[in-house]
Order: sequence, then C-alpha cells, then structure tokens
Amino acid sequence: MSAAVLAAETLVAQNIAFYVIAALMVAAAVRVVTCRNMVHAALWLVIVLAGMAGQFILLAAEFVAITQVLVYIGAIVVLFLFGIMLTRSSMGEGESLDNGRQAQIVGGVTGLVLLGVLGYSLWDGFGDDQFPPLLVQTTEQVSDSIFSTYLLPFEAVSVLLTAALIGAIVLARRD
Amino acid sequence: MLVNQFLFLGAILFCIGVYGVLVRKNGVLVLMSIELILNSVNLNLVAFGALWHANDPGNMSGQVFALFVIAIAAAEVGVGLAIVLMLYRNRRSIDIDEVDLMKG
Repeated sequence: MSAAVLAAETLVAQNIAFYVIAALMVAAAVRVVTCRNMVHAALWLVIVLAGMAGQFILLAAEFVAITQVLVYIGAIVVLFLFGIMLTRSSMGEGESLDNGRQAQIVGGVTGLVLLGVLGYSLWDGFGDDQFPPLLVQTTEQVSDSIFSTYLLPFEAVSVLLTAALIGAIVLARRD
Repeated sequence: MLVNQFLFLGAILFCIGVYGVLVRKNGVLVLMSIELILNSVNLNLVAFGALWHANDPGNMSGQVFALFVIAIAAAEVGVGLAIVLMLYRNRRSIDIDEVDLMKG
C-alpha cells in the first residue's frame, strides 16, 4: 500500500472519529444543561470532558489530552460531586433547578443568535481550509516552551493557585 | 480534516454553555455550564495551536495557553464551590436568584 493511500485512509478514519465523538459531546452537553437530576448532569459532563480529550488526541496534542483527563475528570468532576452531596439539594427528581419559562426563551434566543454570529464569522474566516499534515506535539516540546518562553506566566499561575487554595479554605471553614 | 469542524464544535458547545448559565438556577449547575464554556475555548486554542505548529514546529503557544486555562478553571471551581457552600450554610438554598442582597 502506498504512502498516499495510507495517508488518505488515516484521514477518513480521523474524520469518522471526529464526527462520532462530536455528536456524543453535543448530545451530552445538551443533557448537562437540561437534565432534571444534578448527579446525572455531573455524569453527562464527564462524557463531554472525555470526548474533549479525544478531540485533543485527534489534534495530536497528547499532553493537553492527558491533563484534561487528570484535572477535569479526575479532580473537577469529583469536586462537583462533593458540592452536590454537601448541599444535598434535590438529589432526586422534582425540585426546580431552572429559572422559569421566560428565562428559557431568553437563553434559547441568546444561544441561537450567538451561534449564528459565531458560525457566520467562522465560515467567513476559514471556509473549507484544511489542516496541513499534523505533527505530534510532544510533551518534551510543551515543557521546553513552558520553562523558557512562558516561565513568568507559569510562576504567576502557581501563585494564583496558592491564593485560590487559601481563599477556598478561608471561605469554606467553619468558625 | 477541516479547521472549521473543530471551531464549529467549539462554537456549539460555547452556546450550549451560555444557555446553561442563563437558564440554570442552581449554583453548582451554573458552575458546570461555565466549565462547558471554558472547555470549548480550550478546543479552539488547541486547534489553532495544531494549525500553527504544523507550519512552525517550534511554536507550542496553543497548548501552553490551553494548559493555563485548565489551571485557572481549576482555581475558579475551587473558589466557586467554596462560595456556593458558604451560601448554603447561610441560606439553606443555593438558588442564585435569591442572592439579591446587593441589588439596588
């Protein structure tokens, strides 16, 4: 099999993977914002986040994909579940989690108008541009970039995380 | 692969997130919708990063920015949930439309 045929078949496989994962993600995201049960909403969010990790793999960004799984699915979703359990608000069905009908109409119209504007400008800007053959962006290159070009922002983020940690403890402790 | 297929997926998820922020009343669910928004922005950053990297292999800016967004999102959720917990302790409810103390 020639290299060109192989590349074309890989491209088809990538496209199929993209559309399957994208359909799953959109369906799960809609469930996150419409679900009547908070724990289910958090579990649908896991599917969106895992699908996003899959898309990062398709874009040959391995380190961000792994970080996505570790930080989002491993830490943030667990934090959400803790938040739901601690506030014990409507574990089951029933209690209203949404604003009234009016807010739903306003939200729907805002979302659709925003989607129209974004879609138009994206189509206008990029049309049917193709990706050039993607190179794998290795973890080595990412770390080289963080610890040389972006060293100062990196340090600033670590200070910010410390500040957020202290702030969360001060807010949440009982005194 | 088209560049636009990733950008459109990001735009759709962003709009679903905006809908969630406007419609949801429960504080934790609003934070989840904000996570959707931040994630869709990350998809855009990584897609543009991959596009740039393919033309200029030394440039990793897209991924590095996505990592910074993930770090900030983690800090945001930590503080946000602490605020929601505080709210629950004071009011026995985390419906954000009842938090109108500073409304003029």
